[in-house]
Amino acid sequence: MGYQWNWGVFFQPSATGDDTYFGWMLAGFKMTIGLSLTAWIIALLLGALVGVLRTVPNKLLAGIATAYVELFRNIPLLVQLFIWYFVLPELLPVSIGDAYKQSNPVLQQFLASMVCLGLFTSARVAEQVRSGINSLPRGQKNAGLALGFTLPQTYRFVLLPMAFRLVVPPLTSEFLNIFKNSAVCSTIGLLELAAQGRQLVDYTAQPYESFIAVTLAYITINVVVMTLMHKFERRIAVPGYLGGK
Amino acid sequence: MHDFDWSSIPGSLPFLWDGMKISLVITAQAVLVGIVWGTLLAMMRLSSIKPLSWFAAGYVNLFRAVPLVMVLLWFFLIVPEFVGQLFNIPKGTDMRLSSAMAGFALFEAAYYSEIIRAGIQSVPKGQMAAASALGMTYGQSMRLVVLPQAFRNMVPLLLTQGIILFQDTSLVYVSALADFFGAAYKVGDRDGRLVEMLLFAGAVYFVICFSASQLVKHLQKKYQTA
Repeated sequence: MGYQWNWGVFFQPSATGDDTYFGWMLAGFKMTIGLSLTAWIIALLLGALVGVLRTVPNKLLAGIATAYVELFRNIPLLVQLFIWYFVLPELLPVSIGDAYKQSNPVLQQFLASMVCLGLFTSARVAEQVRSGINSLPRGQKNAGLALGFTLPQTYRFVLLPMAFRLVVPPLTSEFLNIFKNSAVCSTIGLLELAAQGRQLVDYTAQPYESFIAVTLAYITINVVVMTLMHKFERRIAVPGYLGGK
Repeated sequence: MHDFDWSSIPGSLPFLWDGMKISLVITAQAVLVGIVWGTLLAMMRLSSIKPLSWFAAGYVNLFRAVPLVMVLLWFFLIVPEFVGQLFNIPKGTDMRLSSAMAGFALFEAAYYSEIIRAGIQSVPKGQMAAASALGMTYGQSMRLVVLPQAFRNMVPLLLTQGIILFQDTSLVYVSALADFFGAAYKVGDRDGRLVEMLLFAGAVYFVICFSASQLVKHLQKKYQTA
């Protein structure tokens, strides 16, 4: 077949003239990393809170936390993203909604993506935190209470320090997922890696090089995150537990 | 505040149902092909023949490192052209559905193979040894002794992965294929009722996936007590 390979295309000036195509990819790469990291912070904070609430004896609080997890786990990420991006601004009071819609479009795309990915992932983080807490021997909680700790103190000083160390390995895979899931945000026009890949195909007419480069970029992110997390897991592993020293 | 108008929904139900059928067909075939190909990959990965095991490990790690959206874009933008040239398929043939199916099946097989590998490894080693002692070949021991037990343990996980897959089929949106979500989006866009149609689509997915996951939970309990 007559395909002309041309890897030099990345260093040609881009169609808009102010950058090279490699620059486009780099911009997408930065967007993917920035979006994933900010969403991950939201996911960790909310996920830890909701996961803890799912284990408390208070039926109302535990019920709200369960509903939260089920809601975000049973609707496809793409649908959630479209609801954040297209629906939510319409449901705000008109003056606020209009002001929001007139703000910087990239900012709107980024905010919707960040909140969407953050909340979607927080439901998964919450499940890991809950199973981490539930995996601790029942005696730990009882011992804490028997020593005169209040329930919040028992969580603060006995359960959570253990549980948070135990959930690090399963959270690694959620952390990897957030980078992969961020590609979904290309559908609302956010120019992250996957979207830049599509643009490169359109502008350079070199589809193979463009897609291979973007795919390699995702693999690189995956390998780097996995290596870093593996080091972190080893430092934080609880001696005596599976994976501990 | 938005004035809701749900009147687009009743008239477009047949169109939405056609979309739902596409979502279900993609899900069903990706689950089936994914499990068969995933089982083969898992057996290769656990095999003592090194090249097979390397191939399976490479395949699984590659697909698990790349976002599904990226895999689908490969299958919509690049693979059809390549396959078309290879088999002399006339240009302009609509291969979106077959591309989507191939993409999902190959992608999901990587995830299924990891579930199945864990399932095979959860069967006690003595079972394999006992089968060999009875004079069974490797293939026979796998087929008659190890895999039946492994699959019984894996049923809930395989079904849960199926539910995730059903949700992921909405991503065929990137190819403008009218699956359930694509159909809902098109209707909303046409009637200027995107807000209502997106909320409706979300509600439908929620009802289906929530009921299915409760069913899986119920099955899991039943299996455990039995």
